[in-house]
Amino acid sequence: MILQIIFFVLLGLGLVFAAIRLAVGPTAFDRVISLDMINIIITGLLAVIAALKGDAMYLDIALVFAVLAFLETIVFARFMEGKK
Amino acid sequence: MNTLSYILIIAGGIFYATGGLGLLRMPDLYTRAQAGTKATTLGTMLTLAGVIAARPEWTLKILLIMLFIVATNPVGSSTLIRSAYRSGVKPYGVPVVDELEDLYKKEDEQ
Repeated sequence: MILQIIFFVLLGLGLVFAAIRLAVGPTAFDRVISLDMINIIITGLLAVIAALKGDAMYLDIALVFAVLAFLETIVFARFMEGKK
Repeated sequence: MNTLSYILIIAGGIFYATGGLGLLRMPDLYTRAQAGTKATTLGTMLTLAGVIAARPEWTLKILLIMLFIVATNPVGSSTLIRSAYRSGVKPYGVPVVDELEDLYKKEDEQ
């Protein structure tokens, strides 16, 4: 139980740091980078929740979430390219 | 959940926390992207390996997620940084060498 709490605290620290960068980050690219990082952390979190609950459905959610996170980053990158 | 899986997922959690710290503390966009992407890719690999250690019957599905993240996370990051470079985001300090400058100037003239 204590080990699970250690893992969730470390993961939460990563999420909080990324969220601070999402809020302050001077350019839009900083915000997209931190959003990408939050998405990847949530993918790992979903896999751990699947293991803890013993329910393989969460792995499907994690896979779809990873696909959507990648598409989101690519779409933002193409959308913002070349705007001075 | 056994001991090995806890060791692996906590190692992954340490990489998540340090990646977030790098994202917060690094001086410019390019170093931030490097900290945020590399550390979280390794952290996700370790976390998913911990899930495999806990539930060996899900190995195939988790390997699929691992393969997908290894393939797409660096691609997304480099596409984003390329688009930032072309939008004129300046690196921190004076860059020693900038090999892309001439390349993109030539490309824009065409």
